[in-house]
Amino acid sequence: MNLMPLLLIIPLAWALISLLAPRLPIGLLAIVGMLIQLFASAMLWFSVHVNGPESYAIGDWMAPLGITLIADGLTATLLAMTALIAIICAFYALFYLRQYPREQRFFWPLFWFLLAALNGIWLAADLFNLYVGLELLTLAAVGMVALTADKQALAAGLRYLYAALLGSLAYLLGVALLYGAYGTLSLGQLSNMLEPNITTQVALGLMTLGLLMKSAVFPLHTWLPPAHGGALAPVSALLSALVVKASFYILARLWLQAGFDIMPVSAAQLLGLMGAGAIVWGGWQAMRQSDIKMLVAYSTVAQLGYLMLLFPLAIGVSAISATLAWQGTMFHLLSHGFAKAAMFLSVGTLVLAVGKKGLDDMAGISRQLPLSLFAFGLSAISIMGLPPSGGFNAKWLLLQSAISSGQWHWMIVLVLGGLLTAGYVFRVFRISFVDGPPTDIKPTPLPLELSALLLAVIAIGLGFVSSWPLASMSVTELLPGGSL
Amino acid sequence: MSFWLPLLVLATSLVAAIGIFMIPENRHAVRGTFNLTAALIKIALIIWILIGVIQQQTFETRFTLIGDIDFILRADALSLLFAGLSSILWLCTTVYAMGYLNKAPHRSRFFGFFSLCVASTMGIAMAGNLFTFLIFFEMLTLSTYPLVVHKGTPEALRAGRKYLIYTLSGGAVLLIGIAMLHGLIGSFEFAETGVLSDVAIEQHPLLVFIFAVLILGVAVKAAIVPLHGWLPSAMVAPAPVSALLHAVAVVKAGAFGVVRIVHNVYGIEFAQALGVLLPLAIIASVTIIWGSIQALRQSEIKKRLAFSTVSQVSYIILGITLFGPIGTIGGLVHLLHQGITKVTLFFCAGIFAETLGAHKIKELNGVGRRMPLTSVCFTLGALSMIGIPPLAGFISKWYLGWGAMEAGMSWVILVLLASSALNSAYFLPVIYRLWFLPAPATWPDEKIPFRRMETNPWLLWPTIVTATFTVGAGVLAASPLSPLSWSALIAVREYLP
Repeated sequence: MNLMPLLLIIPLAWALISLLAPRLPIGLLAIVGMLIQLFASAMLWFSVHVNGPESYAIGDWMAPLGITLIADGLTATLLAMTALIAIICAFYALFYLRQYPREQRFFWPLFWFLLAALNGIWLAADLFNLYVGLELLTLAAVGMVALTADKQALAAGLRYLYAALLGSLAYLLGVALLYGAYGTLSLGQLSNMLEPNITTQVALGLMTLGLLMKSAVFPLHTWLPPAHGGALAPVSALLSALVVKASFYILARLWLQAGFDIMPVSAAQLLGLMGAGAIVWGGWQAMRQSDIKMLVAYSTVAQLGYLMLLFPLAIGVSAISATLAWQGTMFHLLSHGFAKAAMFLSVGTLVLAVGKKGLDDMAGISRQLPLSLFAFGLSAISIMGLPPSGGFNAKWLLLQSAISSGQWHWMIVLVLGGLLTAGYVFRVFRISFVDGPPTDIKPTPLPLELSALLLAVIAIGLGFVSSWPLASMSVTELLPGGSL
Repeated sequence: MSFWLPLLVLATSLVAAIGIFMIPENRHAVRGTFNLTAALIKIALIIWILIGVIQQQTFETRFTLIGDIDFILRADALSLLFAGLSSILWLCTTVYAMGYLNKAPHRSRFFGFFSLCVASTMGIAMAGNLFTFLIFFEMLTLSTYPLVVHKGTPEALRAGRKYLIYTLSGGAVLLIGIAMLHGLIGSFEFAETGVLSDVAIEQHPLLVFIFAVLILGVAVKAAIVPLHGWLPSAMVAPAPVSALLHAVAVVKAGAFGVVRIVHNVYGIEFAQALGVLLPLAIIASVTIIWGSIQALRQSEIKKRLAFSTVSQVSYIILGITLFGPIGTIGGLVHLLHQGITKVTLFFCAGIFAETLGAHKIKELNGVGRRMPLTSVCFTLGALSMIGIPPLAGFISKWYLGWGAMEAGMSWVILVLLASSALNSAYFLPVIYRLWFLPAPATWPDEKIPFRRMETNPWLLWPTIVTATFTVGAGVLAASPLSPLSWSALIAVREYLP
């Protein structure tokens, strides 16, 4: 049996069930569904690991007419990551949402739509399906941001919606231009057909712009902090760990599979420059926030910047450097996913317990919630890129890539970025050592603390077992210059 | 078994740390027993490995981390020098800390990070390549931060911030150096005579540059002037933390890093050929003199000891830069001697503060009669630092001077003499006050009254033990298991036949 359609069918089916039958225990059902989903993803991962890439044509219609799904090592790893992060977030939400009975009603359907969209994007092999996935993703994500329906959440959601729709529009325009010029939307076919002419460049430029908007790359990031910082904890975790990665993933595939010899090398350097801007600006803003969730949200802005370094490090360089850059970026995507989800979940527990979001309100909390602070600490190690952690291994690979292609400036960005990150995460560490006045702390269920801890431990563990995921994610045939 | 032993040595403190975090705050007896058991097991394991290494056995734990880079823990003679020191001092300091923090809050957190810190030190000692070294080097930074800010006062938090800015920057620079070296020659391991001698001659300027970057990276922790600013501020931490920071963990990790880079990455012969040893010797000499002058100017006991550390740790680095086996022996043996001597001095400073509330040097008048044992220990430590025979410090200085002659760098003798004079100038007045000046009518803040003993025995016994080591390392220097003999064994292997 082919597992790929299952990965789309399960979330859609569960979404409908939770939407149409809210009287069922949809939270518990979701955990069951996620277990199946996780199992299917793991099976697919092993199958791809052993047998190589697989494809599946829905209804047996071949491209360019039908919808084709493709699972290579990268896709399979991303699917597994999504399932793993999502199940832990779902488990967390099961306990967290007890405080929010009204929001629970819509959280679960949106959660499943989000998951369907993500899986659809990882598996899609043509530009139009990617568009459909992106739209579904946006709508689900905006819905989740606006879940609490208070004034702030609605404003943040609306801002997110406008930004995302603008991004979609630009992307769709680009897709239309390409379809007009080449008559196909399959990424695989396009990569062989694209010619460096003005239409192609404009199309790719528009698509890039749209995707940058959706990935909140500096300076197009302004919608992200209020949306991610204001949402409920499991929502923030899902958005920062997974959702913004989807549009980046499309961007990476687009450029490295099709666009690398269409777009000038200077454009790749420009993308890297935006990344460097994100690292500096995001870090700086995170250092200035007094709201602990906003601090973590700005940290996402900064961390997305590292992903953008893929373009200057992989385009216009030797195959070895490009491979290192690709591995480093994808590994960063992976470890940041786990670490940032852990961070938002642990911070969410703190906020829930204290009832306030201010960093200074947390003083003295280390006695009541040591596990949450510990989970935050572990995830921060990975976010800072200190060894041993997944974040460090990613940084090491990127450093190696920068050195081997002689691009010293990116090396400095990588190292300084780590120090800047330390600057803001230690603001949170600090509070564990201050004995504040005994605050009124609500008891929080232990599973909340444990889910964050589990994610953080995975982020650290990736530092020790990176060879497996690295081996399957290194889809070298995607890279400019072909396979090694 | 030879695969698992290095990992087990690491695990004793790592498991201790995790266990201690889990033991509830008020179960002090359980935690203490658990902690001491782990420390004793570690010493037993180290002795086991020590016997094996003498019999030319190899102990290595290795697995692949990323690509061609392995995680390697390996017990060689040099690692055992450092691992042995930290395992013994872990035991002493833990006993001391249990006495010191009696009735203090947050003990679970303190002892947990304390064990984590020792685990990092073990990893640094046994790291088999620079990459593994870096992992534990950074882990050390993270695990000492909670100890520095333990008191949670604004002053402690400020010191912690300063500590982080210094050490994290150092770590980042070290990362750059390691990445550049890896980019140049691929993955490599520590080897007794270095790994770089085959690099093409046109790359040698780059190698010199990388050497500078690597040394800069570890120099922050080694408190080399002008990167030493964090060390005196970190004095705000509790006394056992200072003892650990100064004798075993942080500054020693930095100095040990210099040893590894010079001996096992570049190779002493190759480093000499590149001409990088002389600049390092000059920097070390400047640090020695500058630290001593600053120590002279301090009126607080702990601050004076802190600047004394700045100066004394550079003796190790100076010894490493003296080309020739004798100089190397001097540097390595001082790694141990400085450790046991400085830990004694900090223990004493802590006892003075805890028992009588004496923090300033002028408050030590006549303490010798009130606290004879502690004062004897302090005196022994101070005399060893000055380099009076037959104490440990004398052996170090003797070999350093001899090594300088052998290396044809006789100006180093002048540095040693000047430093000894300065050491005397800042330690002898303290000794004079302890023994020869009359005691004041009341002590600044007498917390522990004189009963059967002059102070809390938990504080006193570890101090007496380390003071005995200071004497023993000097008097028994010729015996086969003394620090000196062990350093000689290492030094012989580092030079090409």
